[in-house]
Amino acid sequence: MPDVIAADGSIRNDSWVVVDRPAEGESLNVAAGQPALIPADLWLAGYEHYVGRDDIGIWFDSHDEPEMLGEKVKELPLIAVNFPRFVDGRGYSIARLLRERFGYQGELRAIGDVLLDQLQFMKRCGFDSYVLRADKDISKAARCLNFFSQAYQAATDTDQPLFRRRAS
Amino acid sequence: MYVYDEHDRQIAAERVAQFRDQTERALAGELAEEEFLPLRLQNGLYVQRLAPMLRICVPYGMLRSDQIRRLARITRDYDKGYAHFTTRTNIQLNWPNLEDVPDILAELAEVEMHANQTSGNCIRNTTTDQFSGVQADEIADPRPYCEIIRQWSTFHPEFAFLPRKFKVAVNASEKTDRAAIQVHDIGLQLVRNDQGELGFRVHVGGGLGRTPMVGPVIREFLPELDLLTYLEAVLRVYNRYGRRDNKFKARIKILVKALTPEGFAEKVEAEWAHIKDSPTRLTPEAIRKFQGYFTEPDYETLENATALLSEQRFENREFDKWLTHNVSEHKKPGYASVTLTLKKTGTPPGDVTDYQLEQIADLADQFSFGEARATHEQNVVLADVRQDQLFELWQRLVPLGFATANLNTLTDVICCPGGDFCALANAKSIPVAEAIQRRFDDLDYLYDLGPIDLNISGCMNACGHHHVGNIGVLGVDKKGEEFYQISLGGDSHHDAAIGKILGPSFARNQMPEVIAKIIDVYVDKRSEEETFLDTYRRVGIEPFKERVYA
Repeated sequence: MPDVIAADGSIRNDSWVVVDRPAEGESLNVAAGQPALIPADLWLAGYEHYVGRDDIGIWFDSHDEPEMLGEKVKELPLIAVNFPRFVDGRGYSIARLLRERFGYQGELRAIGDVLLDQLQFMKRCGFDSYVLRADKDISKAARCLNFFSQAYQAATDTDQPLFRRRAS
Repeated sequence: MYVYDEHDRQIAAERVAQFRDQTERALAGELAEEEFLPLRLQNGLYVQRLAPMLRICVPYGMLRSDQIRRLARITRDYDKGYAHFTTRTNIQLNWPNLEDVPDILAELAEVEMHANQTSGNCIRNTTTDQFSGVQADEIADPRPYCEIIRQWSTFHPEFAFLPRKFKVAVNASEKTDRAAIQVHDIGLQLVRNDQGELGFRVHVGGGLGRTPMVGPVIREFLPELDLLTYLEAVLRVYNRYGRRDNKFKARIKILVKALTPEGFAEKVEAEWAHIKDSPTRLTPEAIRKFQGYFTEPDYETLENATALLSEQRFENREFDKWLTHNVSEHKKPGYASVTLTLKKTGTPPGDVTDYQLEQIADLADQFSFGEARATHEQNVVLADVRQDQLFELWQRLVPLGFATANLNTLTDVICCPGGDFCALANAKSIPVAEAIQRRFDDLDYLYDLGPIDLNISGCMNACGHHHVGNIGVLGVDKKGEEFYQISLGGDSHHDAAIGKILGPSFARNQMPEVIAKIIDVYVDKRSEEETFLDTYRRVGIEPFKERVYA
């Protein structure tokens, strides 16, 4: 049961679990009654079985391409993006594509090597929940989500770059 | 020059507060070294061979006199009283204390400076021609576009953790390229299309380092309003598909090569199609607003001071040399641009003391509307000097050691800090530069040799741009000993080329003699009017090989 940080810095607990990719030859192990995030491609492979369920979401790894689901992402109750290492910045692009290209409006969660100093970048790219790496001090999340009160460029959080806001 | 408004000031202040918080957590042990690393790098802070090193950003090389004075004070209060101009037109301090860096950044923010993104795997300082705005043949002033790129790239949330560093340069003249755009991750050449509209020719995938390449053109004409959306598309493709498994194959040039320039361009165009009409698209009003920061200073209506200068030349041969070599033409009659050479023999190229910085500030105020410019050749330019004041300026420069009339000659060396300072270096570079400067101490001989770019790097990372030196020197480590490999024929200008390796490397004490032999071959083989590079291109590398390894 992870502690989940919301975009406003508040902390809550929820029951979603991340189900790892099964080893070759094994099948996906989802416990009954347990809300679960499963690998995106496996959700697609079992689309008929999973679609419409509010207790099955997906997760993308950093090398996954959200194009594989396209606008089907809108049918999901929760999507997570894994940061295998915090210096792997692909998850930021994945998040923006999910939000800005494929129209996903549900909860978008950062998982994996999620540290404090990357939270605001994640928020700007469309993540609205974060599971901080367990050894990090969750009480500092709210501050780290809000180091900056404004930004120069447009992203998912605002489509108005500063040069347009200045002009008005 | 760009002036901060309340938005810039607020963002700058918040950045300082953020780094103070991060530094405190790092010192308290709450951030592991590898977690703090990208945070401090993106604030310019390296941990070097002997001490931390702080790289302060000088956006596209522009400095105001109050900023230069502040830099002087910082070198005095927090460092050992000197600083170093880098090949990315930035300024480095070699000896700050880690715990002082937030205070230094706060002092910089007070004068609208920062150290943002001067290192790390992010979009770095955008560079351009040091004569922007004062040369007659530029298509348009590139600095407004550089500032537009600076703002767009500052803390860009999607591109703070790229596979590797990312450098953009903009050039404005079709005749010259002083910004070396073809060896940048993105090189932007300002152009006008057949309809007279302003835009950019876009090169992607040039670069130095371990695998030097000249960047191919991936778009012949990008309308100016589309600049940022197109950059965003290039960066997104790179962020998603650039290699992250091998640091040495992570630059965008490797991706462009793997996909082919055509394949890469297709991917960019496909991405761009989705975002080209987003609000990130520039507006004519926004561009005009940025251009408004780079208007002409209050030039007086003057005539060229031709007669006066001839007289002064005639009376003073040293002034004559300096005027010929270190002073360049200006678009306004009666004005000239002066390059202060930071290449006096015995001083590491690009190094200045706090006193010299303050003098530059005073000279900028007195002679050049309070502005100075850093060049990627590690010199400083006063761009707007009245011709009738050149003699007086020269007299002031001589005792400061800034009037060495060797601009663009063999001894105007580009040189990284090398093994004397840098933790990455395989070999020292400064002593090699000095030994060559001592060997070639006759200015008249240097003038006879004409323009020669001699570039020295202490390691493969190529901060000294050795690949694009007409003569390039690379420090290498062989079983714990320093050796130097030479390449010939590199060029960073419009006909950009990567130099060819001459052959086995040399010990340091051999270097002046080896360079002398290379020069001898040029002198023997050249025909009238041929530069070193012309001769090299005509005769090839063999005659040089034969002489040097005879």
